[in-house]
Amino acid sequence: MAIIAQILFIILTATALYLFSKNLLRIRRNILIGKAGFVNDEKARRWKNVFLLALGQKKMFTKPVVAILHLFLYVGFVIINIELLEIMADGILGTHRIFENYFEKFELASLYHFIINSFEILAALVFVACIIFLVRRNMLKLKRFMSNDLAGWPRTDANYILIAEIILMGLFLVMNAADTQTNFIISSSLQPLFSGINSDTLFIIEHTAWWLHIIGIYIFMNYLPYSKHLHIILAFPNTYYAPLTPKGMMHNMPEVQNEVLYAMQPELAPTGAAAPASFGAKDVMDLSSKNLMDAYSCTECGRCTAACPANITGKLLSPRKIMMATRDRLEAVGKNIDLHKSFVPDNKSLLHDYITVEELRACTTCNACVEECPISISPLDIIMELRRSLVMEESNAPQEWNSMFSNIENNFAPWKFAPDDRDAWTKQA
Amino acid sequence: MKVNTMAEMIASGQTPEVLFWVGCAGSFDQRAQKITKAFATILDKAGVNYAILGKEEACTGDPARRAGNEFMFQMMAYQNIQILNGYSIKKIVTTCPHCFNILKNEYPVLGGNYEVIHHTQFLQELIEQGKIKITDSNEWKGKSITYHDSCYLGRANEIYEAPRKVLESLDMELREMKRCKSKGLCCGAGGAQMFKEEEKGDKRVNMERADEAIETKSDFVASACPFCNTMLTDGIKNRNEEVNTQVLDIAEMIAKAMQ
Repeated sequence: MAIIAQILFIILTATALYLFSKNLLRIRRNILIGKAGFVNDEKARRWKNVFLLALGQKKMFTKPVVAILHLFLYVGFVIINIELLEIMADGILGTHRIFENYFEKFELASLYHFIINSFEILAALVFVACIIFLVRRNMLKLKRFMSNDLAGWPRTDANYILIAEIILMGLFLVMNAADTQTNFIISSSLQPLFSGINSDTLFIIEHTAWWLHIIGIYIFMNYLPYSKHLHIILAFPNTYYAPLTPKGMMHNMPEVQNEVLYAMQPELAPTGAAAPASFGAKDVMDLSSKNLMDAYSCTECGRCTAACPANITGKLLSPRKIMMATRDRLEAVGKNIDLHKSFVPDNKSLLHDYITVEELRACTTCNACVEECPISISPLDIIMELRRSLVMEESNAPQEWNSMFSNIENNFAPWKFAPDDRDAWTKQA
Repeated sequence: MKVNTMAEMIASGQTPEVLFWVGCAGSFDQRAQKITKAFATILDKAGVNYAILGKEEACTGDPARRAGNEFMFQMMAYQNIQILNGYSIKKIVTTCPHCFNILKNEYPVLGGNYEVIHHTQFLQELIEQGKIKITDSNEWKGKSITYHDSCYLGRANEIYEAPRKVLESLDMELREMKRCKSKGLCCGAGGAQMFKEEEKGDKRVNMERADEAIETKSDFVASACPFCNTMLTDGIKNRNEEVNTQVLDIAEMIAKAMQ
């Protein structure tokens, strides 16, 4: 009987890990659909960002209460999962609390006790934090959670994650409580619930909770790639690859720079050089891989949208929605590739079908969204790339902008003033 | 007061220590011209050896680039860099955060490498060096003021302190808006919005910001950007509050308070 459980456990674990790694590789492939965009200079500054922003959650602490609750989840998640080592060892070897035995052998029973107690305290904190978050998300009517951006699946996704965490932590505590030989800090206070239940039944309860807990973890792990919760992994590379340049700096387009240079100094133009295929981004494959990783990293918290001047004043633009639309489109392109081996045009594009011109036109490029994001996502970068495509590929600009362009071209100023009057003010000074 | 151009300076064998990049708003917009004149007056009084490009200056290309027209931007950048490098310009000061950002951050990769500072930084330097002396009985003393962070100075380049330090020298009561510094709210002009109608919504961005400025019940709103200045002035007029709250550029305030 025990051997069957061991085999079952090994099969289950192997399947879960196989599916998980397969999904991660799929996401990696999707991210690499983008153009080269990972800059890896100044490694020390990049690691500093990872430590401050991802590990240290620096930006979360602009909202201290939420930050502390989120910290419980984060620390709890990372530390409690150390217990997985023992669970895996027990599952494979058919043992029961194998580490406890080892710790006892070296007279470290109290250390084992201390470790499990810490896990239990964290589990209880996670349990409470998730309940608070569920209430906050669904009952407190916070604008960024009530927004239409989250209508449908995204809202369900967020609730699933919280409920899953509550169940997993509950199972962990029940499992310890049903183990009557133990006496841990939180679960021991649950033990009165099981008084009067005979030891056989308790054994079944403990083992059921153990199995459900580990199965739950495997399901959760494989749910991640489909969820906004993927940030628990991608926050780290995403903060590492965050631009180190000032936020105001737009990245250059060398292909356009060269076109202009060759027009001005034809002697520099190489012979037979092919014209660039397209300018700006019409679809996800025209964006950089960093843009695409941003999309997979987004937790849809909406801090960006809450700070966006366009959104605050009722415009259609929502930076969060820009990120969600980019991920949706990338997923669709990924499925297309899965189906046809390489991408087959589907008469859709990120621009127009997922993100409208009206949204793009509302952006003031103020960088509030970029500043807000706790894990260094830039919705602005995507907006600007799409604007470039709109104007340079489709000549799609409002009439006022076209006038502005022609004023700059003819009068060297965005307004129609005589260039000769540029220094007129000096005569009145 | 004589404002020299680079061409004139070079012709008379002089090398100015700094180029004052006036910008399109500062050159042509009637309101912004006042800021330009105020800043030129300060430079003159402080004995700074400076010059302007005059008719040789052209749009940096910022609104074109932000609207998506990279070609137009690259053309303007090419022309400006040719002129700036032709005069071997080393240091540039500008009263426009948009010009500041693009000259400082986006011209170097195109071959235009200069030390670029914003006029609020320059004013801070001049005050610290004692080249600008504020009169004890300046007209701003004891009045209340709120400072509006320009996005292209603030978040874009993390300059939050220089303008506040300059205002401190005026002995005013600084009242911060709720959304300030890195959380400052845009005036609504950036990203080439200045040159088009807003998209449809339920409020104009400049009204949202003007309301927040009015809420501080300050006598003055200080700006450090000609576009923010226009947007906030319009917003405050729209609420019929212009008698109570006046929008001024930091340079205009210093010019009036200088000995």
